[in-house]
Amino acid sequence: MSDWRPSAPLVNLKERAALLTQLRTFFSDRAVLEVETPLLSQATVPDPSIEVFPVPAAGNESAPRYLQTSPEFAMKRLLAAGAGDIYQISKAFRQGEAGRHHNPEFTLLEWYRVGWDHAALVREVAELLSAVLGTKGWQIWPYRALFIELLDIDPMVDGDLGAVPESWLSVARSRLGDVPQDLDRDAFLDLLMSHCIEPTLGNWGVVFVTDFPPSQAALARKTQVAGDSVAARFECYVQGRELANGYWEQADPELLAEQFKADNARRRHRQLVEQPIDDRLLAAHHHGLPECAGVALGIDRLLALKLAAESLQEVMSFAWPVA
Amino acid sequence: MPNFSTNEFKPGLKVMLDGEPCSILENEFVKPGKGQAFNRVKLRNLKSGRVWERTFKSGDTLEGADVMDVDLEYSYTDGEFWHFMDPSTYEQYGADRDAVGEAEKWLKEQERYEITLYNGSPLAVTPPNFIELEITETDPGLKGDTAQGGSKPATLSTGAVVRVPLFITEGEVIRVDTRTGEYVSRAGKG
Repeated sequence: MSDWRPSAPLVNLKERAALLTQLRTFFSDRAVLEVETPLLSQATVPDPSIEVFPVPAAGNESAPRYLQTSPEFAMKRLLAAGAGDIYQISKAFRQGEAGRHHNPEFTLLEWYRVGWDHAALVREVAELLSAVLGTKGWQIWPYRALFIELLDIDPMVDGDLGAVPESWLSVARSRLGDVPQDLDRDAFLDLLMSHCIEPTLGNWGVVFVTDFPPSQAALARKTQVAGDSVAARFECYVQGRELANGYWEQADPELLAEQFKADNARRRHRQLVEQPIDDRLLAAHHHGLPECAGVALGIDRLLALKLAAESLQEVMSFAWPVA
Repeated sequence: MPNFSTNEFKPGLKVMLDGEPCSILENEFVKPGKGQAFNRVKLRNLKSGRVWERTFKSGDTLEGADVMDVDLEYSYTDGEFWHFMDPSTYEQYGADRDAVGEAEKWLKEQERYEITLYNGSPLAVTPPNFIELEITETDPGLKGDTAQGGSKPATLSTGAVVRVPLFITEGEVIRVDTRTGEYVSRAGKG
């Protein structure tokens, strides 16, 4: 084989080591505890937009295990056990996500702050970015305001909430040509966000998009802002690249169980396999997840931004095609 | 033809889109961390040469196009079709004016061309990057002008007109870059 060499120049791997050291210092200075949790678990996420790598049962095992798609569930069990503020730097795995800004095996920085809400965590993410990238300041845009400002679309009220309004289709077609026919409302918003809004954010510096539609809450709690129900969630974009996703965490075990059921129902609807529910996570929530906010940040993307790399391959020792 | 899924879209893959054969140029995977995955794809329409951009939901499929590139030898034209031959099977292919297009001015007998076949018929003709052709007509160069790097038009055996240095004379064979239509050197000098 001729492609045995690393994907990244060695100098970038030195930058990677320096970044990991810098991140660990950042958190130890703030008394946030570093933890490790298992990569292979007996349960996994039912989120229909994420596809897990199952590992078939081998040896004495009677059931498959799953490579983690993020360390979220295990870290929440630590939080429920009273661990306090914690962070983790670990590998995460998502099937099918390969491209210039994706690698099916990637490195996540995930951290939780007990007693904080997502607004407080936004500030800390901005401080981390300032330390690593030298960025100055940041903007906060409610999801709804961003769509109205850039596309003249109101994601919360336009049309019948079950359907994609004709006005959205014409906005998308005027910018993108033909678009896929069979998208539901949230998938259509994802299309507009990723194809029409993200490119514009490219020269806006650090942008936090907050207050997502409640249908996109995932594991964030829902709150009221100016009379509208929104998800207490944020996405952080730097130079138009999605870098981090944070929640004011949903602590209620009943709502969490409902969310998982709804996720599995959506999987069924899309003819995807349903996933086993993490009963240990639900038990931890029943015991009591403290009020907290958490965020996951892609370290490969962070390093790519720092080094102005065109693709993640340039910052990974052996990217997916040669791993 | 088999169907190809978005994760199989590689540059060079030939697929059918809106009933037209296309070649994939680029395929970018786009996905919000929590949300629908898409593939933003650039394709060249092999009939018109135009580049299309389309967004697909990841996992969507397109039918493969029965398109392949073959090396064929140019034989002759009857005015309506330009005839090419497979030198190993002697099979003949007639390309019409649309398929020959710009390549017409570089067609030389016994030279090999890359022919794109769609459902077995020529869709496009691509000349080799460099070709050697004889000059059939050019003004005599003026002595002493060679150091100035001046140039003059010269008509080649295929009818193409290229600019050549002043010292080149009628009857000489020159090497031409077919992509730019520029003179490269006298033949045989690399």
